[in-house]
Formats: sequence, C-alpha cells, structure tokens
Amino acid sequence: MRVGIIGIGMTAFRPSTPEYNWKELMFEAASRAYADAAINPREDVDSFITCAEDYYEGFGIFDEFVPDQLGAALRPTCTVSGDGLQGLANACMQIQTGLVDVAVVEAHSKASDVVTLDGVIEHALDPIWNKPLGAHPFVVAGLEADAYLRATRTTPKALAAVVAKNRRNGLRNPLAAYGAAVDADQAMRSEERFAPLRALDISNPADGCVVLVLASDRAAKKLHSNPVWIRGIGWASDSPSLETRDWTGATYARIAADMAYRLAKVRRPATDIDFAEVDDRFSYKELQHLEALGLAKKGEAGTRVVRGDYGADGRFPVNVSGGSLGCGNVFEATGLHRAAEVALQLRGDAGVRQLDGVRAGVAQSWRFIPSATGAVAVLGAGP
Amino acid sequence: MTARISRWPGIELRAADLIEGKVTQTRFRPDAKYAWSAGEAMSRFLEELQNGRFIARTCHKCERILFPPRMFCEECFRPTDEWTFIQDTGTIETFSVSYLDTDAKRIVEPILVGVVSLDGASPKMGMMHYFGEMTKEEIRIGMRVKAEWKPPGDRRGSVLDIRYFRPLRED
Amino acid sequence: MIGAGMTLFRRRLQETGKEMCFEATKMALDSAGLTRADVDMVVCGTAPDAFDGVAMKGEYLLDGSGGYRKPCTRVFTGGGTGVFSTIAGWWHVASGLADVVLVVNEEKMSSCQPHPQSVFANIWDPILDRPLKPNLVWIFAMEMNRYMTVYGVKKEDIARVAVKNKRNAVGHPCAQLADPNITVDDVLNSEVMAWPVQRLDISPPSDGASAVILASEDFIRKRRIKDRAWISGVGWCIDSTMWTDRDLVFPEYVARAAKHAYKMAKIDAPRRQIDFAEPYDPFDYKELHHLEGLLLADKGEAPVLTREGVTERDGKLPVCPSGGLLGVGNPIAATMGMKIGELFWQLTGQAGKRQIPHEVHTGVSQAWGDLMQYGSVVVMKG
Repeated sequence: MRVGIIGIGMTAFRPSTPEYNWKELMFEAASRAYADAAINPREDVDSFITCAEDYYEGFGIFDEFVPDQLGAALRPTCTVSGDGLQGLANACMQIQTGLVDVAVVEAHSKASDVVTLDGVIEHALDPIWNKPLGAHPFVVAGLEADAYLRATRTTPKALAAVVAKNRRNGLRNPLAAYGAAVDADQAMRSEERFAPLRALDISNPADGCVVLVLASDRAAKKLHSNPVWIRGIGWASDSPSLETRDWTGATYARIAADMAYRLAKVRRPATDIDFAEVDDRFSYKELQHLEALGLAKKGEAGTRVVRGDYGADGRFPVNVSGGSLGCGNVFEATGLHRAAEVALQLRGDAGVRQLDGVRAGVAQSWRFIPSATGAVAVLGAGP
Repeated sequence: MTARISRWPGIELRAADLIEGKVTQTRFRPDAKYAWSAGEAMSRFLEELQNGRFIARTCHKCERILFPPRMFCEECFRPTDEWTFIQDTGTIETFSVSYLDTDAKRIVEPILVGVVSLDGASPKMGMMHYFGEMTKEEIRIGMRVKAEWKPPGDRRGSVLDIRYFRPLRED
Repeated sequence: MIGAGMTLFRRRLQETGKEMCFEATKMALDSAGLTRADVDMVVCGTAPDAFDGVAMKGEYLLDGSGGYRKPCTRVFTGGGTGVFSTIAGWWHVASGLADVVLVVNEEKMSSCQPHPQSVFANIWDPILDRPLKPNLVWIFAMEMNRYMTVYGVKKEDIARVAVKNKRNAVGHPCAQLADPNITVDDVLNSEVMAWPVQRLDISPPSDGASAVILASEDFIRKRRIKDRAWISGVGWCIDSTMWTDRDLVFPEYVARAAKHAYKMAKIDAPRRQIDFAEPYDPFDYKELHHLEGLLLADKGEAPVLTREGVTERDGKLPVCPSGGLLGVGNPIAATMGMKIGELFWQLTGQAGKRQIPHEVHTGVSQAWGDLMQYGSVVVMKG
C-alpha cells in the first residue's frame, strides 16, 4: 500500500510574526493545506500529528495547545517530539497499518516568541558533561565543521559557495525570509563566529508553519487527488553524546538514507534521484549531508558546489528552495518544509523555481544542535 | 513477580543526601524566557478587559458565541465571523477551596477558585478565576456571580483586571 | 508484547535518566531472551523535558534506551504518554516496517528543584490562566468537585479507590506508596490540599523507567516465544484546548479513544468482554471518572461498583490490580509499567502476588493527560 502527499499548506517564513499567535499561524497553514487537498479536517482526517518541542514553544506540555487550530478537537492527535520528517515517518506508518486513511502532519516555528533562543538550545546539552563548560551551543557546529573540512579536505570557498547559492535561491521563493544577493566573497569575509563558521554560514531563525496532508492510495483515489508518492522513508540517531559520536560523516543521515533508499528501491541514488532538499542550517551541513546520502562521493561535494553542479540550473539542483540559509531556520518545521518543496517540484507547482522533468527527489533533515538525529524521505511523481 | 526477574533496579536517595552533598551532583539554571505574541483574538480580548468588558467571537455556522474569543471555530474549522460583547455575570460551574499556592506551599487563608460560565456566551463557555466576598461554606456550584472589576486606572489589559467574581446581588 | 521491565519507583533515585532507561530496557530484553541486536526500532515516551532538566530529552535518553544508530521516535502526549507510547510502538510494527520494537518510558522528576510541582506552572495558557498563578491540584479539584456534585458521589467512595490501590500495591516489587493498613478514614483525615482533594487522594512525583518489547506475529512464531500478549485494539483522542468551555463531569476524549480501541478489538459489549482494567489513577476519583469514560460503568456508577467490591483484585472486574499510580508511584510516562506492563504480566500469568485469582483473557489500559484533554487506550488479549 502506498502513501502519498495530497495537500500542502505553508505560511510565509518571516523573521517575526507579531500579529499572529502560534495558534493563528497554524490555522493559516492548515487552512491552506486542507484547501489544497480539498478536504474537511472535521470529517476526512483520521489522525493528526504535530512535531514540537516544549522548550521551543515555552510550554510544559505543548500538546495541549494544538488541536483546535488544526481541526483536531476530539480527534486522534499526538505529538512527535521530533523534526517534521520524523512526524511524516510516523504518519506513513499509521497509514500503513490500515487503521488510518488520511493523516495530517504539522510543524512550525515561532522562534520570535523565544527571547533566549541560545539558552533554549543550550538546555539540550548533556547536563553532566557539557553544560558545565558554559560554551555557546553552536560551538558544537564549529567543532563538527572543522572536523568535516579537514577529513574531506573541503575548502572554506565551498562553504561560501553554499551560502551564496542558497541565499540567492531564496530570492526566487516567495516564502523565503532571507533571500538576498549574497556572493561568495561576502560570505568568506563575514565575521568569524564559531571558527571555521562565519556569520553568513549560519541560518537565521524564522517563524513559519507547514502542514502536509497524507493519504493511502485508496483514500487518495476516493478524493480524486493526484498524490506525490512517499516512496521511501528512513530515520536514525547516532550517539547523543558528543564524546562518542561520528564527527565527520553525519552517520545518522547515512543510516536514514539506507533505509529510505531500500524502501524506495533506489539502488544508485546519484542517478536515480533528480534533485535534493537537504539540511543546510550551517553551510557545511549541506555538503556533509550530500555525501552521507550518497549523492556525492566523500570529499567531493565541496568541489562540486564550487563548480556549480548544485545550482538551480546545475546538474543536480540542491536546495533550490533556498534551504534554511535562504528561507530561515524554522526549527522542527525544517524537514517538513523540505518535503513540501520536493513535493511542489514533483507536482509542477514550484512557480519560478520549477525544475524541468524531475521525477524523484530527496528531502532530508537533521534535528539540529546538539542532536545526531535525522530523517530522509524519497518522493516520487505520480501516477 | 515472575521468577525470571529477581532484581528490581533503583537506588533510593533521600532529600538530605542531596542537601548534604552525599551524592555527586551538578546544577544548572536554564535560560528560557518567552514573550508570546498574543495574536489577534487575545489582543482584542485583553484590550476589552482594560475597558471593563468581555468580548467574544461568533460562528454563524454552528451558531455559537465563543468565549474566550478565537479567530477560528474549532468545531466547524472556519474563521469566526464577528466580535460581540457578552455580560460580566455568570454561573459557577465548578470550584475548589485551595490551601496551596502555586509553588505547592501551604497557606492558611484558602483561595477560592473555579470556572464561571458567562451570560451571553454559548452554554458552558467560561473562564477560570478567583471568587471573593463569599466564604468557603457559601460557595456552591450553580451560584450566580458577577465580575468585580478593578478601577479603570488600575486595569492593565489582563485577566487580573477582574479582582474576583462575587455573588450577584439582585438589585 | 513479549517482554517488560521496570525500575523501582521512588521520590528520588540516584540513577540518571539514561541509566534508568538502560535498567528497564535491559530487564525487558532479558525477560524476552533478546539482545539489542534483535531490536529494529525504538520508541521513547517521556513527559515534560523540564523535569529532567534537559531540552530535547528524547535525544538525551535514546542511548540508554538502546537506540544507538537505530531509528528512534519520541512521542509525548502529556500524561497520556504512559499508554500512548505503546500505541506508537504498535504502529511501528503493524506498519510492516519493523519486527521488533522497544518502547521505553522514563521520568526523572526529582531533578527539578525546588519541587517538580513548579513545572506545572508552565502547562497553563499564558494569558487566560497563568496570571492567576494556578496550582496543578486546582484543576483536579475542580474536576473532582464537578463529578461529585453532578452524581452526588461521597468522598468515602472515592477514598475507597486510594485504599484499594495502595493495598494492591503491596504485591508490587517497585511500589513507592504501598500500604497494607491504610483505611478510608486515613484518607478522609489527611490534610486538605485544594478541597475536595486531600493529600492521600493524590499520587506524588516519582523517578522511574519502564520498557516493553513489541514483536510481529512472524517473529514470535519463528522464535517460538511462549510468553506473549496481543495488542488487539488501540485508540487515542485529544479534546479542545479550551478546558473552561467543557463540562468536566465526563471524559468524552477517553470514551472516543475507548470506542476506537474496542471497535478494533471487536469488542461491542465492554462490560462483559473486558476482564480487568488499568485506568489512569493519578488521583483516586480519576479511576472512577475513567472507568465511566472507558464505558465499563454507567455515568455515576463507578463509585457504586467500587463500594460493592466489584473492582477489587478478586472482584468481577479487577481495576488497577497493579496498585496503580496511587500505590506504585507516578513518574508520568514511566507509569507504562503499571498500565501496559501489568496487562502483560497478568495475561501471561507472571504477576506473582498480584495475579488475579480467576482467569483473565482481555484487559484494557488507559492513560490521561494534558489539560483534562487526552485519552489513550490499549486493549490486550492473552
């Protein structure tokens, strides 16, 4: 039994959304998704999943504040404390049990409501081994970037190329918060923050909400939908301890990709897949993830991005949406946004950003600092 | 229990073990502060509280008057239609007589708190608040009450602009 | 379900969250004769991160839960997590994607200083409720009052639940609050916290972890596993956030979740077909409230059944034979050990001193959570 995406709804991503509370933001994205899917959530949906972390929201049990604005009052609903793609994986599994025909997955960021964002991120560090060091949590990214660059002999120029590509791609995405005509030189000269990472290597937070509607193929047919198929999905966690994890290769992404490719029957990802949306919340992550996903050989991604292979008009477009660098860091909604972008491309609905003749795409996300967790989805155009 | 399980893990500690430093421990105070945008519905709600009024939203589809107000009806899943004022009188739906404050500390003078359903809104639409000018012997479910507002100059746009709900006296 | 394990439940344990997870997980694996290599996926259930003092707590706990380099999912539905994580584990297997899934639930409430109570200040709406500085006990007191007033329930009958469960817990090796001698008078004479709630009506905070192992039919057949109980029905439901707009007298969200679970389990007459129940009992009146929500008693009838001894361990419908939260302890999500674990141990005849004296084939377990909002239900058959 196949599972497909039959509805996509997103609000614009913006640095802040003072006129909305989080409920109203979610209501907008949900309304768009249900209009896109042509469904009534009160009657047609069997399960609702929200992807949220209490500390990003500021509530002791965020689950409580979710149902009304999704149409989920007195309906089966749950919170997956994970990235949007992990939520997607759970919705797929629910549908594959046969118990659920139509499922809704939601994730959002209202980072502008968080006054001490760095403090909240720091709070996820190990209380015994790491917190006492009092270092800014992004030091973890700096360390990993350093290890990755040295292990793969990737140059800082490659990081700058990622930044320029994704910020410029953002200019062609109406929902991007940080589209800008940044060039590689600018990126290389921006202020050093967590060496080797510079200011422009780090995506800025944004508010935004993404809602996807999933259906079994039987339900999609009944609703006369034209689904984008979720051909495969995988997720995995490397060691949560900084002291015992792989620092160079994004192992979590490799394991997740192995599972997703196996289910999608993708044997040669570099040729079977046409484009990708991967996590680039720190510029080096885009390259590290491409290699972990088998979409570039180890150490090669840096050379290829400089060469232009990953540009919108390149041989293998990566993050044509603008990625997180261009659209903004929407925290737990990141993976869901990537899946939405891949789906829009496969449906032919990507407007100015539309890639020609794409049939299969990969969406990947990482669960951000300090985790070593991530998920991968392989999506395919119908029928 | 089962013969297979002979050992039940867990080493119990007493509060004194922590206080007297008998166990290795690490302390941390998270820096987690938030300032939530109130959003459209709650902003107007708070504004009207400062004016000494309760405001609700209507949904013409299910014909309910929703309080606290919201920009979408959770039953019909559609945007709500209009603003409408409701009364500041109501009925006690339930209550508690609390000898605990927010930090679970014991207090001598109990707090009377509960839910009031408000006149003019759909049945059962209510809010939580304190009760005053009544004793713990007098308070009962079904009692008719009225909001006791702070003077206009003291109102800030908060549910605390109401001091408490007090017995409704028929004039 | 082919294995289960849990740690002691105590007000404070020395073990870290990771260590508690490890102990429970290892115990569950040992009990089923499996190792970590047999496990395909891990589901973690754990409630507010603020207790343990680590944000993204699911990440932090996953290595202790056997999740290293495996697909891990954390679900969190407030207090409903105690049963809901098993439902999530169920769909991991029933989807066909996994043969063996570990479900590990943990809570370390003692890390929160000065008292875990203060975390509950953050579950309320910031504009409508928080300015009133509400204490968590208030909302239970309000619900309890409504229930008592509408049905004319006496406190004595509610107190009987606390007595029954704390006495049942004497047979539970992990119990924090077992008391063989407690009486109804003890409960009625305990200090009033927020009337009508008194101290012995409540289960206090605890540290603890529990784990269960779920496996596919294929796996169970191939490995010839004898001690197993089947998940035959699952259901879950959340009610509107606006709790002040709802009549708290009946947990509609529990009833809807139960109906889904019963339908899936092909149960159309729950009062006849359910042999025993583990409803969520963080407060004594909640057991009654939830029995009615589970459609095992008519509205207002649960106190009568209790008074008549129907819900005693040797009664016609044993309820909380484990000793429940009132007797064993309340480390929120880790209560899976009594809600789900107990079903497994009873149905496989492994409940030792707590074993129900007559044959049982079908049990129902239920957890509750959020702002008087969440119901998760699992039906298991032997």
